[in-house]
Amino acid sequence: MKKMLGKIIASTRMKSPWILHFDCGSCNGCDIEVLACLTPVYDIERFGMVNVGNPMHADILLVTGTVNHRNKKVLTNLYDQMPAPKVVIAIGACGLSGGIFRDAYNVVGGVDRVIPVDVYVPGCPAKPEAIIDGAVLALKKFEVLRQQKLAV
Amino acid sequence: MLENVVSVSPDTLAGEIAKTKYEGFRFVTMTCVELDADTAEVIYHFDRDFTLKNFRLKAAKNADIPSISHIFMAAFLAENEIQDMFHLKFKGLIIDFNRTLYFDDNAQTAPLCRYTVSQIKSPEPESIQNSGDV
Amino acid sequence: MQEAIQKTVQRTTIPFGPQHPVLPEPVHLKITVEDEIIKEVVPALGFVHRGLEKLIDIRDFHQMIQVVERVCGICSMIHAMCYVHGIEELMKIEVPPRAKYLRVIWSELHRIHSHLLWLGLFADSFGFESVFMQFWRIREKILNIDEATTGNRIIVSVNVVGGVRKDLSQDQMRWILDELDQIEQMTTQLESTLFEDYTVKKRTIGKGLLPSRQAVELGIVGPTLRASGVAQDMRQLGYAAFKELDFEPVTENNCDCWARCRVRYREVLQSIDLIRQAISKIPAGEINVKVKGRPQGEVITRVEQPRGELLYYIKANGSKNLDRLRIRTPTFANIPALFTMLPGMWLSDVPVIVLSIDPCISCTER
Repeated sequence: MKKMLGKIIASTRMKSPWILHFDCGSCNGCDIEVLACLTPVYDIERFGMVNVGNPMHADILLVTGTVNHRNKKVLTNLYDQMPAPKVVIAIGACGLSGGIFRDAYNVVGGVDRVIPVDVYVPGCPAKPEAIIDGAVLALKKFEVLRQQKLAV
Repeated sequence: MLENVVSVSPDTLAGEIAKTKYEGFRFVTMTCVELDADTAEVIYHFDRDFTLKNFRLKAAKNADIPSISHIFMAAFLAENEIQDMFHLKFKGLIIDFNRTLYFDDNAQTAPLCRYTVSQIKSPEPESIQNSGDV
Repeated sequence: MQEAIQKTVQRTTIPFGPQHPVLPEPVHLKITVEDEIIKEVVPALGFVHRGLEKLIDIRDFHQMIQVVERVCGICSMIHAMCYVHGIEELMKIEVPPRAKYLRVIWSELHRIHSHLLWLGLFADSFGFESVFMQFWRIREKILNIDEATTGNRIIVSVNVVGGVRKDLSQDQMRWILDELDQIEQMTTQLESTLFEDYTVKKRTIGKGLLPSRQAVELGIVGPTLRASGVAQDMRQLGYAAFKELDFEPVTENNCDCWARCRVRYREVLQSIDLIRQAISKIPAGEINVKVKGRPQGEVITRVEQPRGELLYYIKANGSKNLDRLRIRTPTFANIPALFTMLPGMWLSDVPVIVLSIDPCISCTER
């Protein structure tokens, strides 16, 4: 019975993963593109994805922008609060490597310096189509993680 | 090529600024420029009817500069920023972040200074600290 | 019993942000409340600080255009325009008239897109999600224009020292006018929903008051200031081609969140009108001039960003790297407004009031 419930929960999470978006020092370009994904023209909700504000409800973490010395604590905090299995998507050139800001003094670098990243979406800023593509890729990865968890 | 530039000294600063406020000027911002290893220049920008008025203040880096935040409250952010970036010290700031506006650990380096910085002993950080609350 | 009563009005400090559902960006406010009424606010910044002003040591003054565009993605074109105005003034370059008009067209497109974005977010902050979706649907038309004319949706990167990079053809201008007609029609359709709806009025009228005298004293800029009845718009300085165009600053006298919303709504229509004027008056000719030499001296340039007055201080010493670049963004000037707006309000009004100044944190901290 317990196993079956677990299966149901796992498969519903797969059909409707919830997104947490964190702006980690980006220029806003990628953030507004992430928000544009939620609006009718691009409509990421057709994949069952809903933007939530609470990290404990979230399955996918969308991070835009570079990490700096002050917000890296916030980022790890958010990551630790999310329930496993979880997937992290880094968006934009800055989220990948630091982008144009990589030489600035208060920039640590890409998101993967702080937390593990599963999907990288390039672009400056990344286009909504690319972000949706990344989110779909993340879903595939999520499925793999889920099966690994079920096997344990 | 700045128009309407007036040079001031730390002693005459507060008087000039108060006069400017009385004349109906609006505080725009403050800019700090490093001149050499010991001195920096603080430029105060004011605006009235789309004309800028600027005050230039040359200051030694390790000396205190009188704050104007009790005259123009809006100056406190700019002054805190200069404290962070150039390690100048403003005396009498109404909200003093004590070099924690942008950086943690009381900002040991002055990022916008090209020359070496003479370290000033700063008091203990106040209760204004940034936690990662969610 | 007496003790229990006193306990209920004790002061509590509530952290707001950095990660908060209503905030698109990380800002942290320490809010001290007594019961549910706000008494004190202390902002804490630094979550988006990157240190762009220092990059002048590594990048030369041409490359800095790409850096200043990324101070803020929403108004990137206007940042670059302010920067190149400064460099052009230092190097005494006369920009061709067609380039000036093209700058006006793109900067006003940016203003429309920024204001529509804000109107949507503002509606979302009091839970009016369908209006949020509607405004963002209109905004996509602007982004399509940007993409078709410059190649990128948001960071358009058209400015170079001495002019602009891209030209608009007659067909494109006709198409832009057609799209603008549609945008105007779609936006005016939403007017009654946004300003006459009972629930919206209830959430915005009388919230976050900022009397005009205090606004001037605190150095507030942009739509926040104009909503307090002060007609101040940096476009009146006549930079680019604005001195040849006809416009009046939009003002409202309510001093509250409703007035700020109204100002931005009317500025969308004003910008549409400005683009129409610019397209009708645009002269033919070159779009940029060849640039030789290096800048020297110091200069201050100001332009009107969607959020208010933007100021660049540039000091150059004749080498290819600048000496000092200071960027004062409008949100940096508008943050002190929160000290006046928030105390005395309910805690549940914080998202609406904070959004009403249109905070752009990545601008503020650079």
